[in-house]
Amino acid sequence: MSSAAAKKQRPKYLSLTAILFQIRLPLPGWVSILHRVSGALLVFPFAAWALYLLDVSLRSEQGFSHVREYLAMPAAKLGLIVLLWAACHHFCAGIRYLALDLNKGIELRPARISGGLVVVVSLALTAFFAAKLW
Amino acid sequence: MKRVIVGAHYGTRDWLAQRITAVVMAVYTIFALAVFASTPSTYEAWKALFAQGWMRIATLLFMASLAWHAWVGVRDILMDYVKHDGLRLALQVATVLLLAGYAGWAIEILWR
Repeated sequence: MSSAAAKKQRPKYLSLTAILFQIRLPLPGWVSILHRVSGALLVFPFAAWALYLLDVSLRSEQGFSHVREYLAMPAAKLGLIVLLWAACHHFCAGIRYLALDLNKGIELRPARISGGLVVVVSLALTAFFAAKLW
Repeated sequence: MKRVIVGAHYGTRDWLAQRITAVVMAVYTIFALAVFASTPSTYEAWKALFAQGWMRIATLLFMASLAWHAWVGVRDILMDYVKHDGLRLALQVATVLLLAGYAGWAIEILWR
């Protein structure tokens, strides 16, 4: 009796390199974990940052121009790009989950295609909004 | 005596609330993008936009949805990854305070 399972080395310990390079997360898995990461980033720090920018920009004429100058700084631009990506990814992945909840596209093939679409479309939207802002 | 072991159904309620608030925020986002695109980028226009009653109410509804939605989402993340009960409770309390603070701040900004 020699099955494939019996030959495998057990127990298998998961090293960091195994988690990073050996275990391949399928595309919908990436969409899922990125939905969490982007959601967490949007709660903190991005929501606080956005409220701060809204606050200062509505406070006074000087505040408004201060926000414009501040957002033109390279570090702020970089932050804004990450914010845009997090918002776009969370939005697109969220729409996909709403569809999945309604049993739309739950077969393996459409689920993989829609997962790829989420990644591509959210990156394209990020690039679009980033380009529009400067 | 009627004993309820499981079935408080708060899971279903939270799940549904997260979806409904997501739709509210998605609608606001589309609407806000359209409004921002047609607003000149001057202080006067920006201030006038947020002086409108409907814009204030819509933004408030967005913030309320965000707080509720984010509470469900962050709690899910904390339940999945933070195994220590005390630490998880502390982080959940911090999340509630943060989100309540955001809502209060938004009201302060909108009705100044």
